[in-house]
Amino acid sequence: MRKNQVKSCKQDKIYYAICYTVISILTLSVLYPIVYILSASFSSGSALAAGKVWLFPVDFSLQGYQAVLKYQNVWVGYRNTIFYTVAGTGINVVMTLICAYPLSRKNLRGRKAISLLFTFTMIFSGGMIPGYMLVKKLHMLNTVWAMLVPGAMSVYNMIVTRTFLQTTISEHLLEAAKIDGCNDFRFFFSIVLPLSKAVIAVIALFYAVGHWNTYFNAFLYLTDKNLYPLQIFLKDILVQNQFSADLVDPEIVAEMQNMQMILKYSMIVVSTVPLFCFYPFTQRHFVKGVMIGSVKE
Amino acid sequence: MRKSFFHTLKKDICRDWQLYIFLAVPVIYIIIFAYVPMGGLVMAFQKFSIRKGIFGSEWVGLDNFIKFFSSYQSGRIISNTLILSLYTIIAGFPIPICFALMINSLHGRRFKKISQTVVNLPHFISVTVLVGILFQLFNTRSGLYGVIGQALTGSVPPDLFGSPANFRHFYVWSGIWQEFGWGSIIYVAALSSVDPSYHEAAKIDGATRLQRVFHIDFPSICPTIIILLILRMGSVMSIGFEKVYLMQNNLNLQASNIISTYVYQVGLAASGISDFSYATAIGFFNSLVNMILIVTVNAISKKFGETSLW
Repeated sequence: MRKNQVKSCKQDKIYYAICYTVISILTLSVLYPIVYILSASFSSGSALAAGKVWLFPVDFSLQGYQAVLKYQNVWVGYRNTIFYTVAGTGINVVMTLICAYPLSRKNLRGRKAISLLFTFTMIFSGGMIPGYMLVKKLHMLNTVWAMLVPGAMSVYNMIVTRTFLQTTISEHLLEAAKIDGCNDFRFFFSIVLPLSKAVIAVIALFYAVGHWNTYFNAFLYLTDKNLYPLQIFLKDILVQNQFSADLVDPEIVAEMQNMQMILKYSMIVVSTVPLFCFYPFTQRHFVKGVMIGSVKE
Repeated sequence: MRKSFFHTLKKDICRDWQLYIFLAVPVIYIIIFAYVPMGGLVMAFQKFSIRKGIFGSEWVGLDNFIKFFSSYQSGRIISNTLILSLYTIIAGFPIPICFALMINSLHGRRFKKISQTVVNLPHFISVTVLVGILFQLFNTRSGLYGVIGQALTGSVPPDLFGSPANFRHFYVWSGIWQEFGWGSIIYVAALSSVDPSYHEAAKIDGATRLQRVFHIDFPSICPTIIILLILRMGSVMSIGFEKVYLMQNNLNLQASNIISTYVYQVGLAASGISDFSYATAIGFFNSLVNMILIVTVNAISKKFGETSLW
């Protein structure tokens, strides 16, 4: 018995050592590219081109960020993205709540049929072309509405919210309120909403990250540069290598190549930093969201 | 009998009218933005012209579908979609499970917390930036890859993005880099609800930690694994457009042309000669296959456990 335990103790030590090593390696392999990009964005173009940057910035410089600041499109993109994220998330949250709450009430007539109407859209859709034709027919092409209305609600998030409401808002609460003469509107605004702060935070975060990061709707529906979100400009610069003329100072044309490189790293940082800064503080909400989503009805 | 049914119906509706007012907006929204486009699928059976509209265009039956399936492209596009998807699942599915099992068996709280926060971070990087990062790091001259290659061989290394095979590796492994941490959240949560008394009992019997992983931890998350795997298989034909489109170039088109990018290319990108009907037909085929897969998979998962999507 004793011998057995000693043996297992030794084996455990090996196992723990392996776990720590593997997890450390995985963590570092995720971290390294992030750190590298950050360092590259603070290095000088020539140091980067010469391959001197490995972990920390070399020849610390803010060239890249200066170029980003001078780049008009970035500001346009940033402004639009903030607008789409705020307005879009607002619409999303309202739509999700007014849909999820009635469907969470078990004795609502037609609840099953209406739920089916929504869930069916998760498994079947008209696809890209009919969607585009609809937006065109509604004269939404090239307007902010094309960015806000077609994705006004995600059925998945609605179901998450409905599941949450079903488990938190008890029927006794509703009965008690009704006896006191409270109608459904009032019950929703003064009792349901305050009790569902947790789920509101979760879905708002999911929606907001989605708005910030997507380029698809803008790519399909917008052609006016003044309406472009940041992601479209990022696509042009980072992926397709298209720079607009005002980007590079003619005086440093010789350094243009290096400059573009540094600028790309800086743009990656500038566009992603808001979400990264925000994440550690909201981590528990995201984790909660994944959890509620996995609970079945 | 009949009368009383309508009577209670009316009573219920009168009682809950405020709820129906709430519901009206989302219902109208879903009808316009989900069901009207489904109606637009009739374009797939027409020779659609914008001038004549859906009601005036000529009907051609299944011609568009026949055209797709008899074209030399169709086989390759469908197989590209499937290969990319299956590769993603086979390579990407086990990693979050292993990560969760390992991190769950450790004690250091601080270490666990830091590690989890770090591996979750890439989930918040947009596809545009992710692809941008790939292009930057693997740039043959200035990227890490180029610098290392030049240091080792003395010459500029070959461009990795030009080959079809590499496209798949880049697509899948960058996806894993981005999502394995996020994917592990659900398993870590499932593991935290394992009854500690099992572990106590096993410890008294002299089981090693590794044995406990295999005989306690793993079996307890098995139901979650099975359900997630089944559901994942249901979406095998629906790869997102965004990332593939960004990584596509003329050299890797052979492997990177998948259904959604092809639909875009035929229907919207080719200005002037865009064939809406043909593109709609391909999209319709894809949606149909997706639906059949999801329904089948859901039936299977119902059989396995008491879980289903609806």
